[in-house]
Amino acid sequence: MLDLGRTPVYITGVAETALGEVLDQTELSMFALAAREALAEAGLTTHDVDGILVNYMGEEGSVQVGEYLNIQPRYADSSDLGGAAFEAFVHHALLAVAAQRCEVALIGFASRQRTRRLRAVGEGSADTYSLTAQFQTPYGLPMPIGHYAMIAARHMHQYGTTAEQLAEIAVAARAWAARNPRAWSRDPLTVADVLGSRLICDPLHKLDCCLVTDGGGVLVVTNEARARDAAKPPVRVIGAGESHTHWHLAQMPDLTVSAGAVSGREAFGMAGILPSDVDVLEPYDSFTFTVLLALEDLGFCAKGEGGAFVEKGRLAPGGGLPAMTSGGGLSYNHPGALGVLLLIEAVRQLRGEAGDRQVPEAQVGVAHGVGGMLSTAATVVLARE
Amino acid sequence: MSDHALETPYGDPLSAPFWDAARRHELALQRCLHCGAHQHYPRPFCLTCNSLHLEWVTSPGTGVIYSKTTVHVRVLPDLEPPYDVVLIELDEGPRLLGHVEPAGRIGDRVIVAFRERPGEPPLPVFRPLADTSPPG
Repeated sequence: MLDLGRTPVYITGVAETALGEVLDQTELSMFALAAREALAEAGLTTHDVDGILVNYMGEEGSVQVGEYLNIQPRYADSSDLGGAAFEAFVHHALLAVAAQRCEVALIGFASRQRTRRLRAVGEGSADTYSLTAQFQTPYGLPMPIGHYAMIAARHMHQYGTTAEQLAEIAVAARAWAARNPRAWSRDPLTVADVLGSRLICDPLHKLDCCLVTDGGGVLVVTNEARARDAAKPPVRVIGAGESHTHWHLAQMPDLTVSAGAVSGREAFGMAGILPSDVDVLEPYDSFTFTVLLALEDLGFCAKGEGGAFVEKGRLAPGGGLPAMTSGGGLSYNHPGALGVLLLIEAVRQLRGEAGDRQVPEAQVGVAHGVGGMLSTAATVVLARE
Repeated sequence: MSDHALETPYGDPLSAPFWDAARRHELALQRCLHCGAHQHYPRPFCLTCNSLHLEWVTSPGTGVIYSKTTVHVRVLPDLEPPYDVVLIELDEGPRLLGHVEPAGRIGDRVIVAFRERPGEPPLPVFRPLADTSPPG
């Protein structure tokens, strides 16, 4: 039986990789440098690591990262839950550390998707054996934006959500980015700018979409004894949950309910908190709509009321629910999988080291990852000691 | 059974009846002989009641546009943007991705049609139903 009171688990080190455009490193070297930096915060080195949890680091990713860093772990995980994998990895590491199956877990990811021009909107292979190639690819729905657009369109039809309300989310993210020196896009942004940007897939405009940058990050998850070595204040993991709903859009049980409804319930339940206890929220903002749906599914507002909830700068600096405080995937960086950067920002907010964007006296933070075609979700609740 | 897989290397062993029906311009769905639930794409047993006893039935192909997006970027070489992609909810319950020609709106009633494709079985698409009242 998990007893986090008796066996507390902490994040004791975090580091971003190089961000933006990275020309002088590989994905593995980016990961290695971030791991070294995160472990230094934790008062540890690679020699202390006995758990590796990575996604998008190539085939059998943890094996490749383990070899590169000369780590032979006793707990390993390369599960692909898309961009939400990292919140799921905190869930897995929480259980593994609490059960004493490992002591020091590295979680992370690095990408050079921008400089290597790895993005493409097509999907699947020409092999019509696959279900995707038979039933989805021939209709030309761009991946991933078309899937998110179709889900957003249904929400708008069912609940009257508007494009202006979605744009408010991009505007809030940009206002936070203006306070973050590491953010990619820091110029002022208005609702009119978002609505005036090119429609990619109705109702999503270019400025409803996240950035495409290089980057990544690494976290260290460990136990109470090891947390004493940390150079920075440890942040406690008090809840985590994960789920997924579908692979093909036509199989999504309800287009207006994401896997976050389950991951949030699990994470908040484990932590014993309510949405009203959350001081800072780091929702996955691959698209503006991803945030709106998360707000509903995590219970910050009722189903269908996300549009009204985000109005009047609710998520922006000075608003009632500080969210996307780094500037998020919309304005800070989005290296293809954002989940690790959401966790890093939440940790920095809870340590009180977020500079001009610091949320005053933040005690409880939530990172909520979303992946695939709005297919996966994983939620982590963190608390300042 | 014919050596279907050798003749037409399209699809997979479970979906072969679906594409065979498409060649006849029919929309085929799996229906459970035990509980009557329809499902699509095909599975080896009924996801509703767990029965292994499934049959293929021809659907009238009627349903509603459940959601829709207009795509403004090029995805496929032979599909000129902008174009609409729709998610159809069939009257039997399952949903299918599709195109609607001419264009429709969310909530509009539609019926299946088939678009010929060189070297591949006809693709299910949809067209608006003039009568917009629900069936029955």
